[in-house]
Amino acid sequence: MTEDLLSTPLYQEHLALGARIVPFAGWEMPVQYAGIIEEHKAVRASVGIFDVCHMAEFRFFGFDAFEALQKIITNDLGKIAEIGSALYTVMCDEDGGIIDDLIVYHTGDIEYLVIANAANRQTDWDWITSHLPESVESVDESDRTGLIAVQGPRALEVIASLAGDDFEPPARFHIAEAVLADVPVLIARTGYTGEDGVEILCHIDRAVAIWRVLLSFAEVTPCGLGARDTLRLEMGYPLYGSDMDRGVDPISAGLGWVVPKAKTDFIGAEAIARIREAGPQRKLVGLEVSEGVPRHGYPVLHDGTEVGKVASGTYSPTLEHGIATAYVPAELSAPGTELVIAIRRKQVAATVVRPPFVKQTSLSVRPS
Amino acid sequence: MYPKELKYDKEHEWIKVTDDVAVVGISDFAQDQLGEVVYVDLPAVGDEIVAGENFGEIESVKSVSELISPVSGEVVEVNDALGDTPETVNEDPYGDGWMIKIKMGDPAQVDDLMTADEYEAFVAEEA
Repeated sequence: MTEDLLSTPLYQEHLALGARIVPFAGWEMPVQYAGIIEEHKAVRASVGIFDVCHMAEFRFFGFDAFEALQKIITNDLGKIAEIGSALYTVMCDEDGGIIDDLIVYHTGDIEYLVIANAANRQTDWDWITSHLPESVESVDESDRTGLIAVQGPRALEVIASLAGDDFEPPARFHIAEAVLADVPVLIARTGYTGEDGVEILCHIDRAVAIWRVLLSFAEVTPCGLGARDTLRLEMGYPLYGSDMDRGVDPISAGLGWVVPKAKTDFIGAEAIARIREAGPQRKLVGLEVSEGVPRHGYPVLHDGTEVGKVASGTYSPTLEHGIATAYVPAELSAPGTELVIAIRRKQVAATVVRPPFVKQTSLSVRPS
Repeated sequence: MYPKELKYDKEHEWIKVTDDVAVVGISDFAQDQLGEVVYVDLPAVGDEIVAGENFGEIESVKSVSELISPVSGEVVEVNDALGDTPETVNEDPYGDGWMIKIKMGDPAQVDDLMTADEYEAFVAEEA
């Protein structure tokens, strides 16, 4: 391996657990421990924990922070006026191209925490800080912040038993301070699996302690990026780099719900309004197949002509068949439309469906 | 881990020879590397298979691999049960996880394959 890869403070823990390590977004990360399907099912039925220390955390502070961030993100920061609440959003360039998807947490009167994709850390940082006035203080806290996702229908039980009797768990899409195993942490009731659960932020040096105490619970299974991907795709949650990038706008990506129509003053607003008005030419759709496993880049056909490519594709451990997303012409995007995916030599029938692919989870609602 | 009565190739298939019929599957090392198998695409009975060439595909959640035949011949039986329970390849790679039976055209091809000890050394080098 010639590339210089970063590793999280949990790297040795992963090795000790027998993880298979792969390069991901410049990091050496566990793709699986016991097996992707086993880990996936543990999250749907009980609790799984994920090392997501590679993700980026930025903090913004100042009297102008609200106004400045409101111009950068598409969603309405006014929705999280309440301290402790959180918002899923994207931020776009002037053409409406998606720079990244983010969760913004309102952590103090004039303070916001942003969690962003690891691969976009530098791009996001440069973009955001170049659009902030000097009065807003910015700190890239990624190197000193550990992040562990605890996901599954029993996740809150585990957190409650660690946090003590006085602990009141934050509501969905909220964040709160807590002390877990003598470690001061932030607990965010967010995730990327479609199950109830939290993401724990702590000082990077305490991540191992948190990881170990979580694993001391019999109902907790360590999970890798493989299960993280199958879980998120079953919910139809988009992945930056596969389902969206600078070349697509949020309307085409099915993320119109994070661009409130009433909000007009943000970067990309005019371009997005035009696309919304005219209707997108291509749309990201969900596809289900009965045989084989669709994968990123496989051609999607209609009447023998290629009309798109698979954006995300995998085997769904819950549904026990292949699922995918793809950008297709808008006229072929209605649920029930019959398309074909070329899975190498085979042409496999694929039906357009409206995500989530898996409807019933401990959450069964979309993040808002 | 590598039964002595079987022969192995560098693509991690094993064969078990009885007269001129070879049962073909993938090794324990191969199934472990692949992870949980979710789909196996096999040829039909009557298909002609050529040694060293692709005779099917095997998929896990994360990856897809070609199945390469160690010997040439005609497919005389296919393990259709793998259609419904592909995970058998992980659970019992040398038993119920077998894939096809080939009536060999050139049984001398078996002599080119590795013994269990040779294969074990080969895997140790590759890992």
